[in-house]
Amino acid sequence: MTSGLPVPSQVGHAGISSLIMDPECSQLLPALCSVLADPRQPVADDTCLEKLLDWFKTITEAGSSLLLLQENPCLLGLLCHVLKPQDLSPRVLSFSLRLAGMLAAQEDCFQYLQQGELLPRLFGEAGPLGGAAWTAPSVRSGWIQGLRSLARHPSALCFLADCGAVDTIFSLQGDSSLFVASAAGQLLVHILGLSLQGPAEGHPGLQTGDWPVCAQKIVSHIEESLRSAATPQITQALNVLTTTFGHCHDPWTQVLWGRLSPLVACLLEKDPVPAAHSLVDLLLSVARSPVLSSSSSGLWETLAQTLSHLSPTQAGPLALGILKLQECPQVLRAQAFAVLLQPLTCVLEATAQAPGLLDSLDGTGGASVTVDTLLPSKAACVGLLCRTLAHLELLQPLPQRPSPWPQAPLLGATVTILRLCSGSATPTSDAGGHLCAFLVGCVRVQRAALDFLGTLSQGTGPRELVTQVFAVLLEYLTSPDSSPTVLKKAFQATFRWLQSSPETPGCSDLDPHAHLFLRELLPVLPKRLCSPCWEVRDSGLEFLTQMIGRWGGQAGFRRALLASEVPELTEQLLRDPESYVRASAVAAMGQLSSQGLRVTPASPEHPGGQQKSLLAELLHILSTDSEGFPRRAVMHVFTQWLRDGHADVAGDTERFVARVLQVASQDLDWEVRAQGLELALVFLEQTLGRPSSHCPYAVTPPVAAPPSSLAQALRPLCRVQLFEFAFRALFDCDRPVAQKSCDLLLFLRAQTASYGGPQGSGSVPEVASVEAALQRWQAGDQGQPLGYLEPEVVVAVLRSMDLEGLRGALAESSDRVEKSPQSLLQDVLATVGALGEDEADCY
Amino acid sequence: MQCAQIQINYYYVGLWTGHDFHSQFPSFATCSKELKECSGHVFVDSVPEFCLPETELIDLSTVDVILISNYHCMMALPYITEHTGFTGTVYATEPTVQIGRLLMEELVNFIERVPKAQSASLWKNKDIQRLLPSPLKDAVEVSTWRRCYTMQEVNSALSKIQLVGYSQKIELFGAVQVTPLSSGYALGSSNWIIQSHYEKVSYVSGSSLLTTHPQPMDQASLKNSDVLVLTGLTQIPTANPDGMVGEFCSNLALTVRNGGNVLVPCYPSGVIYDLLECLYQYIDSAGLSNIPFYFISPVANSSLEFSQIFAEWLCHNKQTKVYLPEPPFPHAELIQTNKLKHYPSLHGDFSSDFRQPCVVFTGHPSLRFGDVVHFMELWGKSSLNTVIFTEPDFSYLEALAPYQPLAMKCIYCPIDTRLNFIQVSKLLKEVQPLHVVCPEQYTQPPPAQSHRMDLMIDCQPPAMSYRRAEVLALPFKRRYEKIEIMPELADSLVPMEIKPGISLATVSAVLHTKDNKHVLQPPPRPTQPTGGKKRKRASDDIPDCKVLKPLLSGSIPVEQFVQALEKHGFSDIKVEDTAKGHIVLLQEAETLIQIEEDSTHIICDNDEMLRVRLRDLVLKFLQKF
Repeated sequence: MTSGLPVPSQVGHAGISSLIMDPECSQLLPALCSVLADPRQPVADDTCLEKLLDWFKTITEAGSSLLLLQENPCLLGLLCHVLKPQDLSPRVLSFSLRLAGMLAAQEDCFQYLQQGELLPRLFGEAGPLGGAAWTAPSVRSGWIQGLRSLARHPSALCFLADCGAVDTIFSLQGDSSLFVASAAGQLLVHILGLSLQGPAEGHPGLQTGDWPVCAQKIVSHIEESLRSAATPQITQALNVLTTTFGHCHDPWTQVLWGRLSPLVACLLEKDPVPAAHSLVDLLLSVARSPVLSSSSSGLWETLAQTLSHLSPTQAGPLALGILKLQECPQVLRAQAFAVLLQPLTCVLEATAQAPGLLDSLDGTGGASVTVDTLLPSKAACVGLLCRTLAHLELLQPLPQRPSPWPQAPLLGATVTILRLCSGSATPTSDAGGHLCAFLVGCVRVQRAALDFLGTLSQGTGPRELVTQVFAVLLEYLTSPDSSPTVLKKAFQATFRWLQSSPETPGCSDLDPHAHLFLRELLPVLPKRLCSPCWEVRDSGLEFLTQMIGRWGGQAGFRRALLASEVPELTEQLLRDPESYVRASAVAAMGQLSSQGLRVTPASPEHPGGQQKSLLAELLHILSTDSEGFPRRAVMHVFTQWLRDGHADVAGDTERFVARVLQVASQDLDWEVRAQGLELALVFLEQTLGRPSSHCPYAVTPPVAAPPSSLAQALRPLCRVQLFEFAFRALFDCDRPVAQKSCDLLLFLRAQTASYGGPQGSGSVPEVASVEAALQRWQAGDQGQPLGYLEPEVVVAVLRSMDLEGLRGALAESSDRVEKSPQSLLQDVLATVGALGEDEADCY
Repeated sequence: MQCAQIQINYYYVGLWTGHDFHSQFPSFATCSKELKECSGHVFVDSVPEFCLPETELIDLSTVDVILISNYHCMMALPYITEHTGFTGTVYATEPTVQIGRLLMEELVNFIERVPKAQSASLWKNKDIQRLLPSPLKDAVEVSTWRRCYTMQEVNSALSKIQLVGYSQKIELFGAVQVTPLSSGYALGSSNWIIQSHYEKVSYVSGSSLLTTHPQPMDQASLKNSDVLVLTGLTQIPTANPDGMVGEFCSNLALTVRNGGNVLVPCYPSGVIYDLLECLYQYIDSAGLSNIPFYFISPVANSSLEFSQIFAEWLCHNKQTKVYLPEPPFPHAELIQTNKLKHYPSLHGDFSSDFRQPCVVFTGHPSLRFGDVVHFMELWGKSSLNTVIFTEPDFSYLEALAPYQPLAMKCIYCPIDTRLNFIQVSKLLKEVQPLHVVCPEQYTQPPPAQSHRMDLMIDCQPPAMSYRRAEVLALPFKRRYEKIEIMPELADSLVPMEIKPGISLATVSAVLHTKDNKHVLQPPPRPTQPTGGKKRKRASDDIPDCKVLKPLLSGSIPVEQFVQALEKHGFSDIKVEDTAKGHIVLLQEAETLIQIEEDSTHIICDNDEMLRVRLRDLVLKFLQKF
């Protein structure tokens, strides 16, 4: 079958190809091809075919496809075989089409396949195109993807023209399978780009009439589609243009847009505007293209016209896109901003807000839109408001956001929306009443508005509005009707607003208004911490942790917090039935304790009883909690305590570290063990005299003077059995733990090198036994402990270990063996049961 | 009190939903012996009295049937059945009757436990009443208020109830069928369908779409209603029950943690089951496992036990537990583990078991009588304690008024699981009745929140509303009655197809009507002449059935008729037109033939032969069948 194909003349590829495909794979390939070609042995799993294609892609990208074919004639055999009329599965046919396209991407291989007339038979009308297999979307998709890979060189263009593929691609744009339709559109874009790359590149004809036939054909098709009355066809054309202008900024795109823009503009005259979303995408793509936006006359006018023609819902994304543009006329920006703000203007209007707010939102002089037209139904109202708020949230932090930014009206509108949602607003107009009926209890709008309100904290606002913001936040935090997700957002927004409130000069404490707010908030927090809904308890604790982290040192905050029930309740939540809540409680207690805010009054349950120390309580959680989250949280708190020199830790640091490492080493959760290594590293840095650089704001613990000798320096580490922990972690079954331990030991080895004193010596008799034990550990037998190690032994062991080699091995993916092409081929063969011995078993 | 009554074919079906309760609490004397003042409020010192159902509009002795929707709205039943001449039937489901009995028993017990000799009546004098401060001066129908009924009256009233099951069809006098459907609000709570063969009225009252302990609301059976009467919606439309339960739990936990006690004034059945279930799940998470919960009511034990045996009336989850077998409600486990203890009153065992801090559920939620009064007095002075109101029936501020000044914290968490307006709108979209009828207050936002357009019924066509004591004509006309044909009569019919698909047959039968059922029976056979007996007996006095004559149809063309007459030898014929037809005058024979649209008369003088001849001529122009 391959006899008609000429032997390639190129030499020197052999070396490359042998690098690409190892002999084991070459040996397995014929069996694989025969399995694929055999309809009696269906390949059950699509993913292995995809993996095979990925592998072939790697091979063809790295070397010669022609040589690959010649060294593995079975591939050609497979491609020829699938053309025979037979009952071959669509997925194998699709695979073969894609493989053929991949191989033909290289021009010499393309010519080679052309001479055997294999490509026309695969992709032409004689191929699957006309057969029954074409009904399978996977075959159509494979056909397109094959052509997409193939179309890389001028010869391919001629081939496409000759075999009439372009017409088929046109029809596939409307395919019932969305994947096929979308791929067809992208293929058209690719072919258009390819056809204009060569001769047209750099010298785009002023007329598209000078363009290659293939390009002209595509352009005519797009024109025809744009003139069509059918929306799907217009959408297809617009999508092709959007992708073209989005990916290609060659000068020819300018000519193309020049020719097609009048047709696009005509779409705006229709009512309603067809394919509005695609039109918006196209116009934004044009506006973003450096070639088109700079030269295209009338683009800004078209955008302005589009903004005014589209419905508010459709115009929103366009307005946002325009405002995100780096370069854009100021008038258009103003218009876009007015469109974006329209729904909020409506809200303010309907609720009869102070005229000042309205003026600044509606300052562009645009016709004011009434609630009835803009927000006619509940679904429309909710959808539009959510989108508007999300768009504005995206816009707010951008440097190119409109200036002046209407902070006050936006705040006013957002607060009003939140009040309408909670039912606390009292609109006086009918429109306001309708708005209220639409929005009351609407969780979606509440979430969007709270998110945006949080973002608005970045700016300032008039005092009375800020007061209103805090009032509405308090209303949400207090209301029993706030859903858990809304409450979480309300907590987040509250923290952001408190953070942005001006600090009292001199003492960096909260300003008096924020204090007042806090005084009202703190009685609410205990109720939230007692909520039957665990999500609420969790959000409450997270908020508390953030607050303590930010203001834990401030006298005013401390007083207010200590006067509340919050610290006691937080401690109670360490025993919550929900593990997430316990984890958050651990974090919060860690913060409270760090800031000296933990109170230990006699509780009613244990009157007069001695309360457990928090350290003991957290250690208890670390050793007994059945869930990983609280244990991880404890390790984080301990690490932070050690770093900050927490009083409970500083008293007997060695005992603390030894205890924690001992418990952590037995933990089943790898994150706990990894965090144990983090704690070990902090201890190590502190012991060796290197001040921790992780937390520049933390209270710096008293740094020990660098010990004079290495042995002296290492002794505390030996006493806490840090090495036993680290060596055990080095052979951990979870790779991140082993990697971290390896890094820690490498760091330690580097540190020891800077010390003078005794060098590790192999003569120490214990070294051998330690090394033997480590070898057993590596083999999986970690039963035997190392016991106390002398610093000299540690140094000797460290120096004798191939830590770099281990790090290299760990850096490789753990499934590297499973992912190898050889393994893949074996898997495919095994799943279809084609290995020789299995055939014999059939008897 | 909400009450609607539907009149169908002269039968009255009363749909009762409850009674208002006005009572007074003893306090300091100021202006008279009857009136006492407390913290600026004036109260009447009297034995508690109750406002009775409206009787001005309805003569209760003429009511034939009372359908009870749920146990909360049957509290006035003894007043109706025992003192109004009512002789009809009362229909209710079994749990409604059993739990209703418990509620009445508790009420009677509470009142009888603290007997009070005198009943205040002077203040009811209109001249005095109008001078009193609000709310006394605004109280209506004070003269009709009555003291509480006795247990004998309760038993007698309950004995008149006929038990029904969900979806059971009950014939009322043949005129209508009534069917109770689950309303999802309480154990055994019902909506009612009242339907004839061609009309369907649904009475939806006290329904819930939330997933709580009772069987879910049956919405499907409400479809195709001509009229849906909608009442008994939530009293607190702005309070979401889930949020309120959260508030309840949080406040309870905070109080108990601080060493305070929690008092929950409540009814002995209903929401308390759901609250206990929530607490069952919550107490461990809130670290309250050691806190005792006390449920004090004369019927506490029965209520907790009854709830466990009405498996078929419970929601699906609870029903399936019964087959495991497990008790459907987790309060059984709370009782078993001694976390929940119940007592008939605070005297006796309770006093020895009582341990603080604790949570007490007890009645009456009005705070005017029952064991709750003692706890209010016991715990009211300490700010550590909290009273949490969960029943939506009473204003908590009014309930607390006689106890002021009060140091204990008061939390208002009304839990009303009945339909809110959003749920109503979903329900109406689902059920799609032709017309909705509801009280006027549901068709506009509450006066205090006039901007809340969401707090009203919004449906198309707009709901028909009614006010107190208004008579409303329901928007449908009864056009058809169903008549049954006996099989032997049907057999004898000979239909003639007059148009494709439409056949006619003449029927001669006796229409037998009894209990609003209409039956066509074959006519009796013609009586054979009885030989010698000439004397007619009374029993023979039935309509004689003569040989059937064919029915005639068609019209007589006058010109052709005249020609036919001439052909048959009549001459000297004159035709006169009249308003209704024609008169053909046979002058020679002195005979007159009057032809009208639906009748033809031949008038001739005693010439039977001639008449018959003429008749036969006329008949030739008509079709017979």
